[in-house]
Amino acid sequence: MEAVIDIQGLSKSFGSHEVLKDINFSVDKGEVVTIIGSSGSGKSTLLRCVNLLEKPSGGKIIFNGENILDNKHDVHQYRRNLGMVFQQFNLFNNHNVLGNCVVGQMKVLKRSKEEAEKIALKYLKVVGMDSFVNAKPRQLSGGQKQRVAIARALSMEPDVMLFDEPTSALDPEMVGEVLRVMKELAGTGLTMMIVTHEMEFAKEVSDRVVFMDKGVIAEEGPPERIFNEPTQERTKEFLKRTLKQ
Amino acid sequence: MTLEWIFRIVEQYWPMFLRGAGVTLLIALIGTVLGGLIGLLAGIVRTIPTPERGLKKIGLKLINIVLSIYIEFFRGTPMIVQAMVIFYGAALAFGYHMNPIIAGVVIVSINTGAYMAEIVRGGIISVDKGQYEASQAIGMNHIQTMMNVVLPQVIRNILPATGNQFIINIKDTAVLSVISISELFFVTKTIAGNNYRYFEAFFVVCILYFIMTYTITLILRYVERRLDGPDNYVIAANPMDTAEDIKRKTQGM
Repeated sequence: MEAVIDIQGLSKSFGSHEVLKDINFSVDKGEVVTIIGSSGSGKSTLLRCVNLLEKPSGGKIIFNGENILDNKHDVHQYRRNLGMVFQQFNLFNNHNVLGNCVVGQMKVLKRSKEEAEKIALKYLKVVGMDSFVNAKPRQLSGGQKQRVAIARALSMEPDVMLFDEPTSALDPEMVGEVLRVMKELAGTGLTMMIVTHEMEFAKEVSDRVVFMDKGVIAEEGPPERIFNEPTQERTKEFLKRTLKQ
Repeated sequence: MTLEWIFRIVEQYWPMFLRGAGVTLLIALIGTVLGGLIGLLAGIVRTIPTPERGLKKIGLKLINIVLSIYIEFFRGTPMIVQAMVIFYGAALAFGYHMNPIIAGVVIVSINTGAYMAEIVRGGIISVDKGQYEASQAIGMNHIQTMMNVVLPQVIRNILPATGNQFIINIKDTAVLSVISISELFFVTKTIAGNNYRYFEAFFVVCILYFIMTYTITLILRYVERRLDGPDNYVIAANPMDTAEDIKRKTQGM
């Protein structure tokens, strides 16, 4: 399998606090990787380092054979290849649903308005929000907002989709609709990196599960093995704690 | 007796009042718009994240110092004094008298700009960090982020403060009478002096000022409501219909 993103020796410190230590891992094309771990384990930071919302302190991120942490590499050019879905949705408040999915395509990818709207509608249909094209973000529920945010990211037709705890800010009854959309996407062969606390979802949807603890990857492997026969003591403990709830 | 005089003054001098009100509105409007633009520019420059590298960092710092001096100076001195200094200063320096109306617009603009710069800066700071992150994650650079996402929200957020500034300007143009601009206050002083009827003339102009400011208030509230739209979204059978269209149709209006 061909790796889309290859992370080598990545580290990140906030001041003297080392959040990520020597992270090595890669994501293959079409692979769905979920990252689990307790709060403060560095999993969100890792995801945010991948699209450079946090600047890594050291290491390499190889994308399409190039180290994008080279100084001369264009950050904006690189980011358009990655779709990001945030915990807090972060829909553009000044745009309606369609505008949210169109503005990036037109300004960044320089697509025409007609083409951008066609593509946006296609993905709004995928997430089941196509009848809300004229709605403003503040008129939507959390689950609806998150589905639009997914459509916005998909409209850029990225190589990899990054999900940063996409259901953590949702009311319990809205978690399902977002996870359903993500499951569908996982089935289409999209490359996905998902940080989540939804263990059942991770078990069902992932090709590989990465367990992070205290800024390092403690264990990784296929979901059946990680969830049923974890080898590391801290993985066992974490799973016992979270699955009990 | 007094009432009679009020009517007589209105009847006899209404063209003068109207012209004075026109000059006041003109100076206040142009001053607010130009001041708003100055404030927008200054506010944007003052919120540019500090670059890491040398020369750009020094340049930006220098510009910021100049802007700070401008803002603090014009916020910290009375407009009536600024008017005198600029008008007579220009006369002294260049040896000619500026057109008083142009002088008035200049003074109101730079004065408003100083206040608006702070209002805009506050507006930019108050936009959620997530809006910047989402823009950057989609591949936008700083300018694209500002133009397409942040500034439209800033402008919406500062609209009430801008309206406030406009109303202040309508009232404060009265001080420009010290440099003989024939705005509303100046005109009223003339009318009052000609008839020795101070209360009556200024009572009329009091009402006139209030009509102007209250009209502006109503217009701005309407604009804000239009910009915000309804709180709930109704899924339309016809996607061209907005929620308001549906409401109108169902109510049979």
